[in-house]
Amino acid sequence: MAKVDRPLSPHLQIYRWYLTMALSILHRASGVGLSVGLIFLTWWLVALAGGDESFARVEWWKDSFLGWLFLFGMTLALTYHLANGIRHLVWDLGYGFEPEVAKNSGIAVLAFAGAATLLIWLVILIAG
Amino acid sequence: MQLRTPISHIRGLGSAKEGLGHWTMQRLTAIANVVLIAWFLISAMSLAGADYQETRAWLASPISAGLMLLLIASAFYHAKLGLQVVIEDYVHHEGLKIAALIAVTLATIGLGVISAVAVLKTSIAG
Repeated sequence: MAKVDRPLSPHLQIYRWYLTMALSILHRASGVGLSVGLIFLTWWLVALAGGDESFARVEWWKDSFLGWLFLFGMTLALTYHLANGIRHLVWDLGYGFEPEVAKNSGIAVLAFAGAATLLIWLVILIAG
Repeated sequence: MQLRTPISHIRGLGSAKEGLGHWTMQRLTAIANVVLIAWFLISAMSLAGADYQETRAWLASPISAGLMLLLIASAFYHAKLGLQVVIEDYVHHEGLKIAALIAVTLATIGLGVISAVAVLKTSIAG
């Protein structure tokens, strides 16, 4: 099929970024990231079933800087995707579409993700 | 409530052949995930500092094992549905798209089954 140069509607890069737009793509990005995180969950469960030695290998990786960075990122992605997912479910019910409400619920989601991630790692670092 | 158009209802098809089913299952697994992930995060905190035997004993209990199996099913299903939409939106080459969709479907089923067997092994061995 011959390619015809038709006029294009304005694309993404022409718009000024605003919060709800950034949060929308962040929901996808965190979702894709969490899918990668599921590979770690599988590894952890298999190692736990495997025995002392295999579990020690996961623990070693978990305690390395790279492992910590990965899991900290996963915690952030998980708490964000969780809170923003609830925001999406509320939208599905038909509430919260007003620009001001959508912006504020977005800020609330970000605040929750940040606070929950810090709380979780504070507990883990103190107990562990 | 009937969300399909009459003709698609008669044919049993949406525009994407299974669009409504996809949408419904994404929401259903999302709701299940809210509960299961909350449990998982609380468990992860309570397991901080636990050694191998303690962690194993935790997962071996029927409640933990049962919830973990539900989490595996719900999370992998949800991931499959989400990745499918991302691929459909961004991969425009038809062959690559189908290959990626097959890969995602097989990988999520494969990893999900392996995870579930691992939980069962831990749980049954005690």
